[in-house]
Amino acid sequence: MKLTAPLTGPSTLALRRVSKALGAALALWAGAALAGPPERVVSINLCTDQLAMMLAAPGQLISVSHISHDPNVSVMLEQAQNYPVNYGQGEEVFQLSPDLVLAGTFTSSYTVSLLRRLGVEVAQLPIVNSLDAIPDNILEVGRLLGREVEAIALVAQFEADLTALRADSSDMRAALHYANNYTSGERSLAHEILTAAGFANVAAEAGLVGGGTLAMERLVMLMPDLVISGQPYPGASRSEDVLHHPAMDALRARHAAHALADAEWVCGTPAVLRAIARLAMLHEGG
Amino acid sequence: MSRVLWGVGVAGLVGLSVASLLIGPAGLTPLQAVSALIRGDALAETLVMREIRLPRAILAVLVGAALGLGGAAMQGYLRNPLAEPGLIGVSGSAALGAVLALQTGLAAAHVLALPFAALAGAVLAVLIILALAGPRGGSITLILAGIAVSALAGALTSLVLNLSPNPFAASEIVFWMMGSLQDRSMIHVWISAPFIGLGALILLSQGRNFDALTLGEDAAASMGVHLGRLRLALVLGVASMVGAATAVAGAIGFVGLVVPHILRPLVGARPSALLPASALGGAVLVLMADIAVRVILPTRDLKLGVLTAIVGAPLFLHLIYKTRLQGQL
Repeated sequence: MKLTAPLTGPSTLALRRVSKALGAALALWAGAALAGPPERVVSINLCTDQLAMMLAAPGQLISVSHISHDPNVSVMLEQAQNYPVNYGQGEEVFQLSPDLVLAGTFTSSYTVSLLRRLGVEVAQLPIVNSLDAIPDNILEVGRLLGREVEAIALVAQFEADLTALRADSSDMRAALHYANNYTSGERSLAHEILTAAGFANVAAEAGLVGGGTLAMERLVMLMPDLVISGQPYPGASRSEDVLHHPAMDALRARHAAHALADAEWVCGTPAVLRAIARLAMLHEGG
Repeated sequence: MSRVLWGVGVAGLVGLSVASLLIGPAGLTPLQAVSALIRGDALAETLVMREIRLPRAILAVLVGAALGLGGAAMQGYLRNPLAEPGLIGVSGSAALGAVLALQTGLAAAHVLALPFAALAGAVLAVLIILALAGPRGGSITLILAGIAVSALAGALTSLVLNLSPNPFAASEIVFWMMGSLQDRSMIHVWISAPFIGLGALILLSQGRNFDALTLGEDAAASMGVHLGRLRLALVLGVASMVGAATAVAGAIGFVGLVVPHILRPLVGARPSALLPASALGGAVLVLMADIAVRVILPTRDLKLGVLTAIVGAPLFLHLIYKTRLQGQL
């Protein structure tokens, strides 16, 4: 016992120091939580960028992700250009001294844990797989930003618009076709956009759940009435060759209507309403 | 003997082509498949057969023939069984040319820019290899020059694809290095077939000159072979075939090594017999590999080069070992 005593001495001391630091950190965190809404919010995810831009008080949001400036996927391009961008790197974000960072569930776990170790509060919002989950997401961001009233108003508007838009289901069948023959089946936001606009999703008929690939042969055999392609990116890729493969062009040529799955399909925000509206119009026209 | 061998080869080619047309995820019965292909009666089935499976089978034959014949010709000219377009960087350089044409937008502006750019890349690589390995094609210089050319072409291909603004481009490095025939269309057949056909004509017309060359350069020259013209034919023929094949299917290695190696003892060491046999054998091998990738992993795009390397690389090691035993390395 006596021999071990000199060893335990410093180690308990270190332990005490750690617990003291932890206590201080906890107190700080609690203080921040009590002190009211965060004043410096940084968003590092395209979808939280959009919800934050819709809900934040003037000056509250200090930076959005660089992806918000990409016209291929960002629905709020003009608004996003009013904010400085970040590239979602830990060091860069920390330098902005945020009191809240908004991230997605699939944001690099290294970045998230690094920021948390540095004492930054990071909120991770889940990927939205259904229209029903959109209000929850809006309310969650509203709560985090201390903008509950605005969030409730936005949700009410969204739900009213969605009810008004919902088209009766018809026998028109649509296929989503992205690069590398990627498509979306049941339990995905794209599937719900399709069904809300009154289309049946052929990928769901094929038994696909969530996102995944469907061989072009199988997609052709399903004979969709409408092929909705992904937005092509600049530059060339073999992955996107499939979007204008002669077999897919032949499917598209059967009907006058065609549509593009663009930025409005990406995030669970009220922007999906515009995608539904445009699709429903095709549906009535075709 | 030779006639029997050709009969077996052609029968294999036809059988495998039919199998390639009948195998696919669409779940067509053989009857439906044949009817849709020939009569074009049902729209969905016809699209699957004519626009998806038919170009795939034709390309397997064309690409295989190009790689088999290209390998046999390189080996005939350099009188070295290790000379293979994939191993010595010709395919890799063709891929670099193709990637440059795609990423600069040239390929989108003109449909023939893609095969021409791949051909240019292949010509460059063949010239570098010939210059470095010399007319006799010593094994060590050939392999070392090949490693260097492949490595540089591969690195530059990766660089170009990583610099592309397209988020999918970088993930396609694997395609350009390993090759695949998934989801190709008749457009790819039309842009590659003329180049492969022309290259084949050039190389096959040189059969007797290659035969004479087996006796040595001086003997060949004294028999009236114009060595400069033969070299030009080799460069253009190999580059045209391998360039076009790589432009549409990526770089598929080892076909030009495995096929002539298997066929050499069967048809005799005469290049004039080995060249057409290797074209046939290459087509059979790539058809087999392309059927295998669809049977082994039907839902994924398993690359052809993976299979050809699994078969070819051990053979390559064996050839190196044999060459060393003979004191040539």
